[in-house]
Amino acid sequence: MAKIIVVTSGKGGVGKTTTSAAIGTGMALKGYKTVIIDFDVGLRNLDLIMGCERRVVYDFVNVINQDATLSQALIKDKRTKDLYILPASQTRDKDALTKEGVEAVLNELAKDFDYIICDSPAGIEKGAQMALYFADSAIVVTNPEVSSVRDSDRILGILQSKSRRAENGDSPIEEHLLLTRYNPTRVEEGEMLSVADVEEILAIPLLGVIPESEAVLKASNQGTPVILDQAAEAGQAYEDAVARLLGEERPLRFTQVQKKGFFKRLLGG
Amino acid sequence: MGLFDYFKRKGEPTSATVAKDRLQIIVAHERSQRQRPNYVAQMQEEIIAVIRKYVNVDKDAVSIAIDNADDCTILELNVTLPDK
Repeated sequence: MAKIIVVTSGKGGVGKTTTSAAIGTGMALKGYKTVIIDFDVGLRNLDLIMGCERRVVYDFVNVINQDATLSQALIKDKRTKDLYILPASQTRDKDALTKEGVEAVLNELAKDFDYIICDSPAGIEKGAQMALYFADSAIVVTNPEVSSVRDSDRILGILQSKSRRAENGDSPIEEHLLLTRYNPTRVEEGEMLSVADVEEILAIPLLGVIPESEAVLKASNQGTPVILDQAAEAGQAYEDAVARLLGEERPLRFTQVQKKGFFKRLLGG
Repeated sequence: MGLFDYFKRKGEPTSATVAKDRLQIIVAHERSQRQRPNYVAQMQEEIIAVIRKYVNVDKDAVSIAIDNADDCTILELNVTLPDK
């Protein structure tokens, strides 16, 4: 039986799609057959981040409306074995996602795949609610910044009350905090909320901390999931997060400022 | 942090501390709103309507709070009556 993981945040621009691409790729690299679904109907972007934008023929909504079969719409990743992408449609309206339609697609995918990653749109409206409704596990992507933390808390409220698990009274969705765009230097200077601050406010287990990194923009420029850039701290941090998601224990990395030399410290900068 | 930075920040909370304090307050407030049973809003309306039958009070003069103590839920109703 496949495990359904939603990548969500409430707030936009915090790194949901980057995270979906990285975690999905990481799972496939570990040998699990994985599909990433773009739930952002109208604003498709996962295809660009994964570098398969020119191979999109059919999309999620086509499959729901039975205009195409699942195997016609699924795009097989060219770099990573066992990885597939189901793109969002660009033109249809948000009402195209029905609970029944999404459930039917997920059930069909669950026969073949080990992990189904649902890349949620921003907001707390229907699209976001559809992306999280069937989830077994949630990765709440948060930036160390006030509006992002507040929105994450609201999304946690929705995960706990408006998901299938909540409605059926099943065991609750597993919640994981992924802190992205973390800058240890600014934290040390008291200009940014620390990992401990955000953990204390949201009170959910920490899956990982992704440092703010130039590698993320570089990876999206090239349409390569950043986890494949193992020379970059962000890539390594995502690899750690994947390992923890699979139950491995890994110490936190890249959350401390690199020690500077005596003169640099004395003069600042 | 350089040598000169030590002079300018004494005693003032950092902006991250301010952010954390503000977040803790707003998040706690929003969580308590979320955990309210659905009927509270309607009940509040009806209670106001009943009070207004006898005393002409403002809508803001009635506040309802629900608190969870150990094994019971406390409904606190506060009505500010107008001066005569």
